[in-house]
Amino acid sequence: MTVISHILAANALITAFAAVGILMWVSGAISKYLTFGRIHGSAIAIILGLVLAFFGGLATGGEKGVADLPALTGIGLMGGAMLRDFAIVATAFEVDVVHARKAGLIGAVALGLGTVVPFILGVLVAAAFGYTDAESLTTIGAGAVTYIVGPVTGAAIGASSPVIALSIATGVFKAIIVMIGTPFVAKMIGLNNPRSAMVFGGLMGTVSGVSGGLAATDRRLVPYGALTATFHTGLGCLVAPSILFFAVRAIIGG
Amino acid sequence: MTISGVALLAICTLLGGLLGDLLGVALGVKANVGGVGIAMMFLIAARLWLVRHGLLSRGLNTGVEFWGSLYIPIVVAMAAQQNVVAAAKGGPIVVIAGAGAVAVCFAMVALIGRLSGRVETMDEIEAREAIEANVPHFKSGRVR
Repeated sequence: MTVISHILAANALITAFAAVGILMWVSGAISKYLTFGRIHGSAIAIILGLVLAFFGGLATGGEKGVADLPALTGIGLMGGAMLRDFAIVATAFEVDVVHARKAGLIGAVALGLGTVVPFILGVLVAAAFGYTDAESLTTIGAGAVTYIVGPVTGAAIGASSPVIALSIATGVFKAIIVMIGTPFVAKMIGLNNPRSAMVFGGLMGTVSGVSGGLAATDRRLVPYGALTATFHTGLGCLVAPSILFFAVRAIIGG
Repeated sequence: MTISGVALLAICTLLGGLLGDLLGVALGVKANVGGVGIAMMFLIAARLWLVRHGLLSRGLNTGVEFWGSLYIPIVVAMAAQQNVVAAAKGGPIVVIAGAGAVAVCFAMVALIGRLSGRVETMDEIEAREAIEANVPHFKSGRVR
């Protein structure tokens, strides 16, 4: 037993790759066999990650979820700010500027609204629940944009870990509702053409939510929605810790 | 070379982080302002430049795309190290903020769709393209 935990601890980052990989396999199987592909495997993996962090936190009494377990410290490195930002920047490589221009003005309007409106809503809800400092309000508002924008913003402006966890949970919850709800409201909101799919992607933002929701509605719409959705996280990461944070701070006068 | 892609990504990330920090100092906050977003713009610009000059090699692509494809697992690892115990005490805030954001956004998709007039649906585009291409059987195969 000590031999095993020694090899796991000595290769912390490698252990993290293996652990997350296994978690992704399990999630993929759950997605396929229990939800029949309705909920994306990645969304399930994130939820399982949060659940494990909950039990890890209970078991260790620490603040860093499963990363406080000696054998799983590598999770802290793998999911830390350094590699996270590195991987998010890498996704920009997939953005095709020529295609993006076709989305035109309406896509840009949807992107702007999709960032600002959920943010305002998130801030208002956070304020209603008694948060008063600009950092927490902004981070929870950013979490209502996507589960990436939330933690990136929180880390940038120095929010506390519980608030960052709340913002992730909010974003993940949003992604899940988008995935499950989209097929049911598709007809009502006119989601049957490339343009509305782009508007949808820009407004909803969460890439896993948009691609999962559109896949369950009409597979052919997926690339159009994902195209604007990929811009969403970048835009959110740009404006949430800057313009939106300053706006919140100016309004509450902190 | 694969390392050129990884290095390009690293340089863009570092430059973005640096500018984000400087922007933070200029704006008088102890924070990195939009460093990730700025880095993404650098990478998009670098990619355009490389394509234009015919320098976008397969290895370079691999180096960047590998990290891009790891983004969901990294987010899972990020989720697994959050202070969820503390967040759970927040409770209904997650449900209200999450569900509210989705409801408002669904409504706006419908609104923007109505305001900007009717366009061809996916089925109509396929039907037209099938007629133009004069290959009616093509329709069902055109998923990807």
